[in-house]
Amino acid sequence: MSLGKLLERIIQLIPVLLGVSLIVFVMMALTPGDPVQIMVGEQSITPEQEAELRRNLGLDRPMVERFFIFLANAVQFDFGNSFYHGRPVADVIAERLPATIELSLVALVVALATAIPLGVVAAIRKNSVLDRVATVGSLLGVSLPGFWFGILLIMLFAVHMQILPVSGRIGYDNEVAAVTGFLLIDTLLAGDIGAFGDALRHLLLPAITLGLPMTAILMRVTRSSMLEVMRQDYVTFAEAKGLPRRRVLYRHALKNALIPTVSVAAIETGSLLGGNMIVETVFGWPGLGRLVVESIFLRNYPLIQAAVLLYAVTYVVLNFLADILYTVLNPRVKL
Amino acid sequence: MTDATLAAAPSAESLFRRNLRDFRRNRLAMASVAVILIFVLMAVAAPLIAPQDPNETDLFRRLQPPGWAEGGDWAFPLGCDALGRDILSRIIYGARISIFIGAAVIFLATGVGILAGLAAGYFRGWVDVVISRVVDILLGFPYLIFAIGLMAMMGPGLLNIVLALAYKEWVIPCRVVRGETLAVRELEYVEAARALGAGPRHIMWREILPNILSPVIVVSTIRMAHVIILEASLSFLGLGVQPPTASWGSMVSDGRAFILEAWWVSTFPGLAILLLVLAINVASQALRDAFDPRFSE
Amino acid sequence: MTVLLEVTSLRTEFATRAGLVRAVDGVSLQVRRGECLGVVGESGSGKSVTFTSVMGLVRSPGKVAAGTIFFDGRDLCQLSSEEMRAIRGRDIAMTMQDALTALNPALTVGEQMAEVMVAHDETLPAGRAARRSAIRERSVEMLGLVGIPSPETRLRQYPHEFSGGMRQRIMIAIALTCRPKLLIADEPTTALDVTIQAQVLELITDIRARLGMAVVLITHDLGVVAEHCDRVMVMYAGQVVEEGPTAAVIERPRHPYTRGLLASIPRPALRGQRIEPIMGQVPDLVGLPPQCRFHSRCPMARPECLVAVPMLPAGPGRQARCLRLEDLA
Repeated sequence: MSLGKLLERIIQLIPVLLGVSLIVFVMMALTPGDPVQIMVGEQSITPEQEAELRRNLGLDRPMVERFFIFLANAVQFDFGNSFYHGRPVADVIAERLPATIELSLVALVVALATAIPLGVVAAIRKNSVLDRVATVGSLLGVSLPGFWFGILLIMLFAVHMQILPVSGRIGYDNEVAAVTGFLLIDTLLAGDIGAFGDALRHLLLPAITLGLPMTAILMRVTRSSMLEVMRQDYVTFAEAKGLPRRRVLYRHALKNALIPTVSVAAIETGSLLGGNMIVETVFGWPGLGRLVVESIFLRNYPLIQAAVLLYAVTYVVLNFLADILYTVLNPRVKL
Repeated sequence: MTDATLAAAPSAESLFRRNLRDFRRNRLAMASVAVILIFVLMAVAAPLIAPQDPNETDLFRRLQPPGWAEGGDWAFPLGCDALGRDILSRIIYGARISIFIGAAVIFLATGVGILAGLAAGYFRGWVDVVISRVVDILLGFPYLIFAIGLMAMMGPGLLNIVLALAYKEWVIPCRVVRGETLAVRELEYVEAARALGAGPRHIMWREILPNILSPVIVVSTIRMAHVIILEASLSFLGLGVQPPTASWGSMVSDGRAFILEAWWVSTFPGLAILLLVLAINVASQALRDAFDPRFSE
Repeated sequence: MTVLLEVTSLRTEFATRAGLVRAVDGVSLQVRRGECLGVVGESGSGKSVTFTSVMGLVRSPGKVAAGTIFFDGRDLCQLSSEEMRAIRGRDIAMTMQDALTALNPALTVGEQMAEVMVAHDETLPAGRAARRSAIRERSVEMLGLVGIPSPETRLRQYPHEFSGGMRQRIMIAIALTCRPKLLIADEPTTALDVTIQAQVLELITDIRARLGMAVVLITHDLGVVAEHCDRVMVMYAGQVVEEGPTAAVIERPRHPYTRGLLASIPRPALRGQRIEPIMGQVPDLVGLPPQCRFHSRCPMARPECLVAVPMLPAGPGRQARCLRLEDLA
């Protein structure tokens, strides 16, 4: 793909991002209740103080102007102060972000590592017992409510069998110095293998819960694209060349079959973002998702606004990357 | 004029019958339809079926186990929650919320989606540009986050949930309808209707819509399952229907605090969600196989 | 010339929802070393399936139900899948109708050439570097042989970067890499422009002479057969209906179907003459009664044709499946 085309695609993103920001802005601007009232809470302030606050927050200006101020600030990661934490929203979010990213990445790895082999085997042994089990499993996977599945896992593995922890990212006795914020990395940097294992054990159930719907979807995509690819002439030709079956399946068929899988995976990574709120709530995971849910009950609007915008922008960018990835992987498609 | 154009259109009627027959032959699909109907019946006739008042609390029955377990009482077959309310009765009443919200959101979204999609696909030009832009922007939000943002803004409540979900949901039928309309609008029978002087309204509603309805119905049923899970998720987070109204998602949430001593509080309502959603998914897949084989393998 | 491939009473069936389809029903044929056999028929006549059966590449729900396939003295039907794999690509090679779909879009041409050698060639040197350069050298040589300019750089390219004719040449180069004894060319020119068609066929004929291999040319174009094949075999509805030396068959067909095929090609020599299409359609292959299959479309059909007709001698080295072949002489 040429640089020019890439640039063109990036420029096409701008109206979408603007629209997304507008919706986030309007969403919060229309929120009932006076932000100043919420901020001040029970404290009593003089009308002068209130007017001052209003001016500082820019609430006295017209809506259109406020939107552009919001945009200008957003570009600089300035989302104001979190009422509750008394610190800039950006700082609070940055603090919680590694936990969420770590969980999402592990979920993604778990999903890819199970979905692709399962999908491939199901396709190769179409209509076998394994294929049927996988097909039923994927139907279950998309039908299971994540929050309930998470609770079941906790009941089974943490409460009943007591082999995995109930919640949190790491045991109190295993805490290590935060360097990257990613515990799997930080524990290794600290050279503490025990703590690394503990972090991994904490990650396991949330990652499975978060990755389950994605696993189900990716398995289906892999299976059907593998079946599709195996019908292609180039697979017959590869067989006619007398190549070993493994090479026909994995080099000729799978390489093409993975193209849709990878691009669906990129899109579905976006849907992990929504799942994070649920999973982090169920497993007491100190990430951004739980922060947002807590903020809703605290009516911490600047934080909600920033987080929703962050999620939406990430989502748009992921979809964009999925698009690009598809063209890069597929030499035939020219942008 | 209508007669002539109808004759030229593909005979949607007979195709529909054949598809319906295919669908009926699928036993698993029929079982799923039965499950769905049972849930609908539960929802409609909840006051007649429920053994107890779903909101009647009694602390003497706090966390009482299911009927078959030790300390259980068959008057409360699935046990009681932390306030001593009958879980089975609450599940029966909870079906009302899930099914009402699922149906209302899909109904609303499909209606709006059809209107917008037909307009975009038929008129094209600036109408299409505007609608497609809005669709793109709405697609820029992860679903649950969009709904959570809206719920945070509008506050909890039944109508607000329906709106929060429908605000984004309509995009999906809209895209399907737009795509199908673009494909169908140049076909001969539509051209014929146009040549015979039919107006855009007649063409859109009488010529195009009946012929693109299959994929729309298929997509709507699949989406219904998603919407039910989304509602349950919102309720689980405490952003859905407010207590004491029974909703499956909030019932699961209620049970979280008691997973050590009372597994049944969370388990049964979740099972209800799984059953209903699974039934809808199986049925919609069969529907898709029968009516819209393009998308099945 | 000795016999290289001998197929006897081959039957290949497909289990479909409508019933059992006998796509190939009692086909017997011979290919001698170094000769070119043309196989002609409409689509659905079983000509491709016959040779997919020879390759052992019939896909489920199809299977070879009866018959023997002797190649170079071995019955291919008795071989294990691993033994069969070793023969495919090394002793019997195949090219497919459309090179665009037959070449893998995600792999470079070089890789698709190299893998055949890796799979079959035991003479490759053991060392990694030596092996690589041997493969490379051979690939360049093969691409040169089929007339691809600047083969060194072309090896690194993907199939979509080549023109249709070039792709066809590449596919042929891949098929010929191991110097097979038999090349099955399935409709090698259908997907190409007329001028390029001629080039590709010239190429096949030329290489056949140089390498001394036998070629089976599957086509629906009798003109191509007339120009390139020693012998011709005409198939209809899963059966062989006529076979013999090309010149003799084309000169004087002994089956009404062959005659119909010949009449339906526009020949420059016969300009101005009316082209007569064969009326009707190939019969449904499910539950065919034991009678002449061409009967329903045959201009010469008589009541006595409603019996199973065997292949009958029709002159030196010729056979035809028609009770009235004498009337056609």
